[in-house]
Amino acid sequence: MTFRKYLVIFSIALFGSVGDAFLARGMKDAGSIDIHHVTHLWSILANPFVIVGIFSLLIFMYCYMTALSFADLSYVLPATALGYVNMVLLSIFWLHEHVSTRRWTGVAFIVIGVGLVAGGPSRTEHPCPSMSESAAVEERA
Amino acid sequence: MRTLYTWLCISTTVLAAASGDVLVALAMRRIGDLGDLRRSHGFAAVIIRLLSSWVLFGSVFFMTIAFFSNLVGLSWADLSLIGPASAALTFIANAIAAKWFLNENVDHRRWLATIFVCCGVLLLTRS
Repeated sequence: MTFRKYLVIFSIALFGSVGDAFLARGMKDAGSIDIHHVTHLWSILANPFVIVGIFSLLIFMYCYMTALSFADLSYVLPATALGYVNMVLLSIFWLHEHVSTRRWTGVAFIVIGVGLVAGGPSRTEHPCPSMSESAAVEERA
Repeated sequence: MRTLYTWLCISTTVLAAASGDVLVALAMRRIGDLGDLRRSHGFAAVIIRLLSSWVLFGSVFFMTIAFFSNLVGLSWADLSLIGPASAALTFIANAIAAKWFLNENVDHRRWLATIFVCCGVLLLTRS
């Protein structure tokens, strides 16, 4: 794993959490959606918070696809959970919210989880079928 | 009834998100390292390769379902319920799907990491 690859994974965490926060803010403006009027969802797409949220999530998506092109899904997903830690840090330093001990415990759990997965290999090496076939032929010979 | 709709939304979000993640991982495995492709052939080549992958379109389809299901869920229930429930369940569904469908080596370390992250998400968002 190079610095560029770690940067891609950090970008997933950053843009994913920012996108979710903007979407949640936009949906609070929109209010409840009746199941019989689901088409009301289209009008929500004009909300500026939803637009910024979608734009952030598009950047998230590109970084996510890049990460999956060099690492396993079961590696990328826990590693990008750092986005939740970003949200807590944002709420402390930007929104000046009080963060309880329980939340700090949650942050610690996520950091341990990320540390565990980041310490292992990022990619499962699948044996090449042609190589195994030739090895089998050699064995038979 | 509202609770039933909410959990229906969460279930749909989790299943659609896991399906989308598995398909995008499969598409990226076939396409190869996007960073290398961009450096060797340019950004246009990356876009063309992405747009020519039908598996990727399948993943976008499932992710769109997950996105709208999540939006509808957020309009019915608080983010403090929808967020942790769908996030934690998606982590577990993805670990299972990665092992079964992508043949990834989900060893004890990755399972432990998934469980730690799930617990962390639940503690963070349910407090």
